[in-house]
Amino acid sequence: MKKLRILIAKPGLDGHDRGAKVVARALRDAGFEVIYTGLHQTPEMIAEAAIQEDVDAVGLSILSGAHMTLFPEVMRLLKEKGAPDILVFGGGIIPKEDMEELYKIGCGRLFGPGTPTPEIIDYLKEKFPDRC
Amino acid sequence: MTIDRISEEQKRWQNLVNQGKPDQFTTVSGIPVQIIYTPADIPDFDYLRDLGFPGEYPYTRGIRHNMYRGRIWTMRQFSGFGTAQDTNARYKFLLAHGETGLSVAFDFPTLYGRDSDDSMSKGEVGKCGVAVSSLEDMETLFEGIPLGEVSTSMTINGPAAVLWAFYIVTAEKQGVPSEKLRGTIQNDILKEYIAQKSWLFPPEPSLRIITDIMAFGAKHVPKWNTISISGYHIREAGSTAAQELAFTLKDGMTYVEAGIKAGLDVDTFAPRLSFFFNSHLDFFEEIAKFRAARRIWAREMRNTYHAKKPESWLLRFHTQTAGCTLTAQQPENNIVRTAFQALAAVLGGTQSLHTNSMDETWALPTEKAVLIALRTQQLIAEEAGVVNCIDPLGGSYYVEALTNKLEEQAYEYFQKIDALGGMVKAIEQGYPQREIAEAAYRYQRAVDEGRRVVVGVNKYLLEGEKLEIPILKIDPRVEQEQCERLRRLRQRRDNARVHRALDDLKSACAGKDNVMYPILAAVRAYATLGEICGAMKEVFGTYAEPPMF
Amino acid sequence: MSALTIEELLARFHTGDRRACAQIISLVENDFPMAQELLTQLHPLMGRAYRIGITGPPGAGKSTLVEKLTQYLRRENFTVGVVAVDPTSPFSGGAVLGDRVRMSSLFTDPEVYIRSMATRGSLGGLARCTKEVCDVLDAFGKQYIIIETVGVGQMELDIAEAADSTVVVLVPESGDSIQALKAGLMEIGEIYCVNKSDREGADRMVLEIETVLELRPKNNTWVPPVIKTSALTGAGIVELYQQIITHRQHQEQSDVLSRRRYQALRQEIRRLIEEKITSNFWQNPGVNQELEQLLIQVASRRLSPYQAADRLINQFWKGG
Repeated sequence: MKKLRILIAKPGLDGHDRGAKVVARALRDAGFEVIYTGLHQTPEMIAEAAIQEDVDAVGLSILSGAHMTLFPEVMRLLKEKGAPDILVFGGGIIPKEDMEELYKIGCGRLFGPGTPTPEIIDYLKEKFPDRC
Repeated sequence: MTIDRISEEQKRWQNLVNQGKPDQFTTVSGIPVQIIYTPADIPDFDYLRDLGFPGEYPYTRGIRHNMYRGRIWTMRQFSGFGTAQDTNARYKFLLAHGETGLSVAFDFPTLYGRDSDDSMSKGEVGKCGVAVSSLEDMETLFEGIPLGEVSTSMTINGPAAVLWAFYIVTAEKQGVPSEKLRGTIQNDILKEYIAQKSWLFPPEPSLRIITDIMAFGAKHVPKWNTISISGYHIREAGSTAAQELAFTLKDGMTYVEAGIKAGLDVDTFAPRLSFFFNSHLDFFEEIAKFRAARRIWAREMRNTYHAKKPESWLLRFHTQTAGCTLTAQQPENNIVRTAFQALAAVLGGTQSLHTNSMDETWALPTEKAVLIALRTQQLIAEEAGVVNCIDPLGGSYYVEALTNKLEEQAYEYFQKIDALGGMVKAIEQGYPQREIAEAAYRYQRAVDEGRRVVVGVNKYLLEGEKLEIPILKIDPRVEQEQCERLRRLRQRRDNARVHRALDDLKSACAGKDNVMYPILAAVRAYATLGEICGAMKEVFGTYAEPPMF
Repeated sequence: MSALTIEELLARFHTGDRRACAQIISLVENDFPMAQELLTQLHPLMGRAYRIGITGPPGAGKSTLVEKLTQYLRRENFTVGVVAVDPTSPFSGGAVLGDRVRMSSLFTDPEVYIRSMATRGSLGGLARCTKEVCDVLDAFGKQYIIIETVGVGQMELDIAEAADSTVVVLVPESGDSIQALKAGLMEIGEIYCVNKSDREGADRMVLEIETVLELRPKNNTWVPPVIKTSALTGAGIVELYQQIITHRQHQEQSDVLSRRRYQALRQEIRRLIEEKITSNFWQNPGVNQELEQLLIQVASRRLSPYQAADRLINQFWKGG
């Protein structure tokens, strides 16, 4: 069985990494392998890392309001690099309206502030039932 | 009634009540809380030594003789979004509704010293603050606002020197001399490394810039607070109250040491150091924290750093209610959270206060939301009666015990940091960052496991909740407009003059001259923020976060 | 994963498709049946890369050093693969692989391939199939492969086997002496780096290391150099690179390298045989139940563990 691998990244200039780090730890405690890329990643860097690490999903944490640019760009690059099947999900400060827009273009679940981490874990387990 | 007798009776009563079961209540930071406090819990309490009187050493009860009776705290709402014009309108709105101080929130590109048309600025322009790439933008931001009559706080760190220069020259053009200017630049690079992470240069050159700023301020802008030593962001990143207190004060002491090392007399810059704290959920813990902060700072400044002027001993601070405690679910509850957090800050003796808006877990505040936040402060000031006397909770056995406890925990942290070789070394080794990440994780575990209740999130949920408050949207044209403005600016100005100014700046950076002067010259020539920071980066390099998870 | 075929993967792999490389690495890492065939097909392409092992205690700044070294290798126009290994949590079986954080500048260089691996329960500092993952990168055409691992557990065996040159990275910490370090670290290094050399105690540490190395049994005339580096400022990186090149030349000229690799291949075949035999043994129907039966007798002291083992082998070992 393939081990579930998730990339957690902070795209753009936003430096608030409390959430990303907490989620990364929670995913580790749930038995997943988490590749954490740190701050100030461009969409190009994130997509390339996702490909090389052969992750199942990419989790983006964005609190800066730049989500409508960054999520679509990461998704576009993954597609371009031949990996449209890598799931892109995320969290941060994202108005409901924008979440709907992103869901329309195929983005995975977006988790707002206050989401209990078990919810994120359950979501990923559900999406990838054949991983351990 | 001796202390021993009370202590006996207290133990008897507690045993009765607890019936041998262990006590399980703690503050939000994890400090155990007894069921009741009595004089036996502060056995060494000495009123004159531990509290004294407001406006006198050790300032535990407050830094001014008359506190809010003389002047209510400054109501200073942190704001900024979109273009300078958009934000200018919001400032006028807030001033018209009773705000008494301005506070500028810059967008991420500006915070990182990048122009709106920089490649890394894509998608971020104007989104979480106002975009200011040039002197022109700063002039627009304060159009119609007399800088000689307001005080302005600017939350800016890495590029603080440049934004301050923009402000000073804008005031100059309004006919206001720098000696009259009142305000603050955050300029606290140490906490950037620890928590907020919007740094530019490595620690050493950053500290040099800070000492340059302090020297320039002492000489030319004497009413300006050249650093706002911040704990807010440390707390937002997940620290405990004791960590917020300790790391902030330790950062402050590090700046004092840097100033002294640079040859400045401590009394020339210490009076202009100010602080910025968080006001979090645990009502009494926060009040105790503010009181402990004042007492510790006064003691250290007088006894350790040998400051002679009382103005150097007193800890002045701004407070912001805790953003990280707001919920996206049932956002109206945030109005109530902000209210009791603001009350704690007032009872803790803050000089200036920002109250969060209820919609900030979704977007930047709408006019309606920020008005409610401002009214919250006005209600506390005008209707609740808490401003009538100073430090009303002083003498409460609980509050005094907690104040002592937080002070004790802070000193434990000071020792640990000293053992690592001081704050800069501790940061390089990732010590405070690790402490914070662990505390954040413990907190989340407690919430996930239901041991810590968050109303609306893990208790008292609303099924099928629909968001019913309006949300602020940033016009996507903002980025385009900013890029256009910059293009036109670069065409209009004397580019040779800009070039020369930037060269002079680079020389100054490589040498020992105060960088503020060449920065001002570059600003007057309409060099942009990105160009000025770019020149400085060439000499100073950029910072790479030490690997630590 | 099931939709992938060996032919399709290899076809893409041979065009330099990084995704195909990544997918093959995953198959290898997770022990999928296809992996064996893939590795067999790629075997002819292996053996061209020079493998550098970088190990040392946590906090030594290895990742930053790897980044700087990679940057330098790139300046010299070499292509590079990096395999960064971090420990799996023994409690949850998960891991946070954070080495990439220090290597951000390399992400978009198309000639650098970085893969993070978790040890997944193996006792050393390397994952069980770290070597195979390096093999894939080798076949992919990377000229230098850097293996980064935390120096804990039985890593001395692992890393010496997997790398052609082993670099041990240490840091001067106030009060610590190298006597306190794991003995193995002082035995397996072929190049020693005192990193964060701008710190106090760096020179003293260099002397300490040189003293200990003096006492080490000398083999094949290579004297491990001790270099001062500062990954943050870049000091000493050029020297590190040069020492690696020198060590490589030394090994190539004296035939040590080919003997070493020969030995490593022998070890690999032995290991594969042992794994297969063991695995086959335990796949025998009924063997586990029989074990449980015998266990009752062993626990009640009627049989010894040796007798139980012999019985199982006699009953289930088909041999070959």
